[in-house]
Amino acid sequence: MSQFEQSPSQTIGPFFHNALIQMTDGQNVLVNEKTAGQKIIITGLVLDGDGQPVEDSMVEIWQADANGYFNHPADPNQAKSDPEFMGHGRSQAVDAGRFSFTTVKPGIIAGEATPYINLRVFARGMLIHAISRIYFSDETTNKSDAVLNSVPAERRDTLVAKLDPAELIPTYRLDLNMQGENETVFFNP
Amino acid sequence: MTEFNPINWKTHPPYSHPPYRSTEKRGPQKKLLPLPQKLSELTGPVFGEDMLGEFDSDLTRNARVNGEPIGERIIVVGKLLDESGNAIPNALLEVWQANACGRYIHKVDQHDAPLDPNFTGCGRVMTDANGEYRFMTIKPGAYPWGNHENAWRPAHIHFSVFGTNFLQRLVTQMYFPGDPLMPLDPIFNGLPDENGKRRLISDYAHDITTPEYALGYRFNIVVNGPKETPFETKEA
Repeated sequence: MSQFEQSPSQTIGPFFHNALIQMTDGQNVLVNEKTAGQKIIITGLVLDGDGQPVEDSMVEIWQADANGYFNHPADPNQAKSDPEFMGHGRSQAVDAGRFSFTTVKPGIIAGEATPYINLRVFARGMLIHAISRIYFSDETTNKSDAVLNSVPAERRDTLVAKLDPAELIPTYRLDLNMQGENETVFFNP
Repeated sequence: MTEFNPINWKTHPPYSHPPYRSTEKRGPQKKLLPLPQKLSELTGPVFGEDMLGEFDSDLTRNARVNGEPIGERIIVVGKLLDESGNAIPNALLEVWQANACGRYIHKVDQHDAPLDPNFTGCGRVMTDANGEYRFMTIKPGAYPWGNHENAWRPAHIHFSVFGTNFLQRLVTQMYFPGDPLMPLDPIFNGLPDENGKRRLISDYAHDITTPEYALGYRFNIVVNGPKETPFETKEA
């Protein structure tokens, strides 16, 4: 029995931008010129149950560096992690619901099968955030991933960002459908 | 690797809460799928004190242009804990709020109340070695919103909390004791249990109140803790 109970979540509301976006510049760019690995762009729309963009939403990502290491004490390989990469990103979606990150393609984490990124969506109208993942369409190892395989086959594509061959910097596109027929898979870790 | 308790849905609000109308089109409707806790869930960003500006934790000073912000100065203190009662040091808290008149400095806030040229209502603070934080601000005002006829949000301060890992992330709101608008608020009432509601109401803290200067409020925050295994059971 726990001594204390969790403080409940409340909505981020519509007015978070000044504090969460403007106070720290460039949180949707996770890389600098010294960061190791393949630079990529991940972009997509946050869409509501009517397919309308959710402009007052915010997406946060958390990922391993290019070698699959986290700069965090729980990672036994922390000492090998890239000091030029923190792994945390945040993007608003005020531009017609579009979020965008410039980051590196994560490496495969020890004991796992394929690279992925953890994701959270916050929005006005959501009393608590929603948790999902981003996988990559050009990874053949996706078929060995235990989490992807636990998702019904017809819903797996909602987690897989598609590589757009037309872009110079490898660009992956993935929309987050909060509801509807193609509702993104959200998790309860 | 120590696993952490999952989100406690007995105390957190559901995605759909029809009295808060915007929830109807935005939260997931399909069942959430299980996600095993691996390194990716048990790690998270490590922030340093060096990212904070000198007055980030004093909202009465961090936006001064031509004087002090208008309103009632308050001091907000508290402790960040996990469910086992462990203090969480060096954690980043971000706060934002309306000014004393109930107006946000935000382009989509069209409430006909004055902006304060010396107040943005935005701040940041890190918890200290004991998991404790303290910031200075102006008591926020209530404000109207479009959810229903004569809808008013109770006075509140928004909190964004990073714990030590992906699972401890929390965005919430701190309310003030005795506010008559709380029982009328569909956002506050989205909380499924009375104890959870109480945990979001700060306490007036006379020990923090500073003579001739400002009133004190205390708001402790609890995030997911490590799973506890009180009895070792040996499989035969």
